[in-house]
Amino acid sequence: MSEATKAVVKDVTTMASPVSLKFRARAGKDLSRFLRGMKERRIVGRVCPSCNYVYVPPRGACPTCGCPMGDERVLPETGTITTFCIVNIPFEGQKLKPPYVCASVLLDGADVALFHLVGGCDVNEVRMGMRVRAEWVDEADAELSLETIRYFVPTGEPDRPLAQIREHI
Amino acid sequence: MSTFNTSREEIAIVSFVELSPAEASQLDEIETIQTIVSRATDGAGIARDRIGFTVSGSCDMLVGRPFSWIMAMDGAGVSKPIEESHVEMDGAWALYEAWVRLQHGDIDAALIYCFGANAAEDLMQVLALQLDPYYLAPTGINAAEVAALQASAMLASGATERQFAEVAVRAGLAVSVEAALAEPYLHRPLRASDLPRFSDGAAAMVIARGDYARSVCARPAWIQSMAHIADGHSLGARDLSKSPSLEKAARLAGVGAKATQIVEVHAPFGPQEVIALEALKQAGLSADAKVNPSGGTRAAQSVMVAGLAAIGRAASAIHRGEASRTVGHASSGPALQHNLIAVLEERS
Amino acid sequence: MQQPIDGVLEAPYVMEYTYRRSLGPVMSAFFTALRDGRLLGARTASGKLVVPPLEWDPETGAAIAGLEPAAEEGVVTAATWVAAPEPRHLLQEPFAYALIQLDGASTAMLHAVACASLEACPVGTRVKLVWSESRTGSLRDIRCFEPVN
Repeated sequence: MSEATKAVVKDVTTMASPVSLKFRARAGKDLSRFLRGMKERRIVGRVCPSCNYVYVPPRGACPTCGCPMGDERVLPETGTITTFCIVNIPFEGQKLKPPYVCASVLLDGADVALFHLVGGCDVNEVRMGMRVRAEWVDEADAELSLETIRYFVPTGEPDRPLAQIREHI
Repeated sequence: MSTFNTSREEIAIVSFVELSPAEASQLDEIETIQTIVSRATDGAGIARDRIGFTVSGSCDMLVGRPFSWIMAMDGAGVSKPIEESHVEMDGAWALYEAWVRLQHGDIDAALIYCFGANAAEDLMQVLALQLDPYYLAPTGINAAEVAALQASAMLASGATERQFAEVAVRAGLAVSVEAALAEPYLHRPLRASDLPRFSDGAAAMVIARGDYARSVCARPAWIQSMAHIADGHSLGARDLSKSPSLEKAARLAGVGAKATQIVEVHAPFGPQEVIALEALKQAGLSADAKVNPSGGTRAAQSVMVAGLAAIGRAASAIHRGEASRTVGHASSGPALQHNLIAVLEERS
Repeated sequence: MQQPIDGVLEAPYVMEYTYRRSLGPVMSAFFTALRDGRLLGARTASGKLVVPPLEWDPETGAAIAGLEPAAEEGVVTAATWVAAPEPRHLLQEPFAYALIQLDGASTAMLHAVACASLEACPVGTRVKLVWSESRTGSLRDIRCFEPVN
């Protein structure tokens, strides 16, 4: 390299250290049942035999009691928005065009909220306590995925009072 | 011997369980933890409300999911909530944290658990993420190739492949020394019987203080001392044929202060067991101590579990009345970089 | 790899991180010199030469005294054979990974030795550095080492 060139070539100050690793993700028995339910467009939760909490999606143990889960329970497709946020920022892999709403939806009869999207209304109409129901994809498009619920849409019913959902937020 | 490494409170391992690879492979992480934690507590007559501290050991990179341990904690019943902690390391280091915590003297017992899913396509490549990202990782070297360089350095310092083969036989990975030496090289000078066989796994342990320990365990394995020391990371700045850190940890823990009947060594690669035993011998380990009577952890190596398993098995030997003093060893990092020693004793 | 479980869903996935790291003054100088076809080591206060350079003396932890040119020839202190290279490896034909202690250095550096077999590269073999034709400021600016006849 000539002295003239060297003057304009910068020092090396950073280094790229890319990481790429291959894995097999395993859903677990309970989550597998939930995902199979999704393919049939059914929402399957499970009940803790000790504290009677209804978990959806279900998991391998009750995080409060530390015991294995008990009976399966099919939940209705209606629920209440407990908390939400309006997404305004575009990012890679995004399925919806901003602005859109991400919300925690407490299905009727469940004790923990399900995280999903809200559609079918202006983002500014979404509020805590709002009643919603699942909008499913067509039967032919149903997958082993939470995306079989396209999003939740308002039912138009009166809001649930915050006092009734406070402990689930 | 440093008093810092000696238990100031009476603290003992009172319960230890590990899942067989066959059982672990049938469960997901939450189910795995639910199973081992309930066996180590309820199954051993230890009330959950006497456990004042819970600490887990695992590595997100094994499943490729950041903060995987947060979700897995559900299996321990954590959202009461409980006082808990986590180390991104083998469960043996979780034990060390729990042991330090119990020395405060304000709680009766602590729970330690660890888990290691074998979900990666190439675990040797995942383990290479431990390497210095500037001078080592860019060479593309994996964990087995690093261990092979270490074995090469050992041979250059006078070790023999026959010694490696003897370790393979002890680990149940070869039927005879001759059979091991007849295997082709995989990463010369390493053969298949020098490498770990990775598996799913999990383990849980309860340690307890004084009278509570005596009330839940007929023969508590009292933790006389623990110490852990690391060598430098740079492979080219170390004498890879030796383990000064292990020798120093063993001296600090007072391994040579009394006769030891059993030592459980955690060496992920066979030749490292030769290095570990030499370091322990230098620190005064009894010449007639039985090495890895449990079979060791290499034939079913669950990463992040094997070190706690070695210490747990050393404790179980005391629980069963088979020994009155045992030593457990755990290692971490490339080429046996980091070493932990626990000295366990029966007391009347 | 784990075994499939009856009734449990599994799916393959790839996790990728696109990290970029700062090198700091010592490694920045080292990799800049590599790009320019020069090998640097770090001189410690006790007079030892550390190649590749660390920011500190590996024995005492003290800051290094300075950087200076290192020899491009040295001796293999440990080696293993890569019979079937993968894309991650430094060379795509069979080679030896080796720790190489360059002349005058107190530490060894990890790199590839191009040779026909491990028999051609036992511990104690003298090797010399081979530069890559195009250099960007990475460890691959050193193509490999090769035995000195």
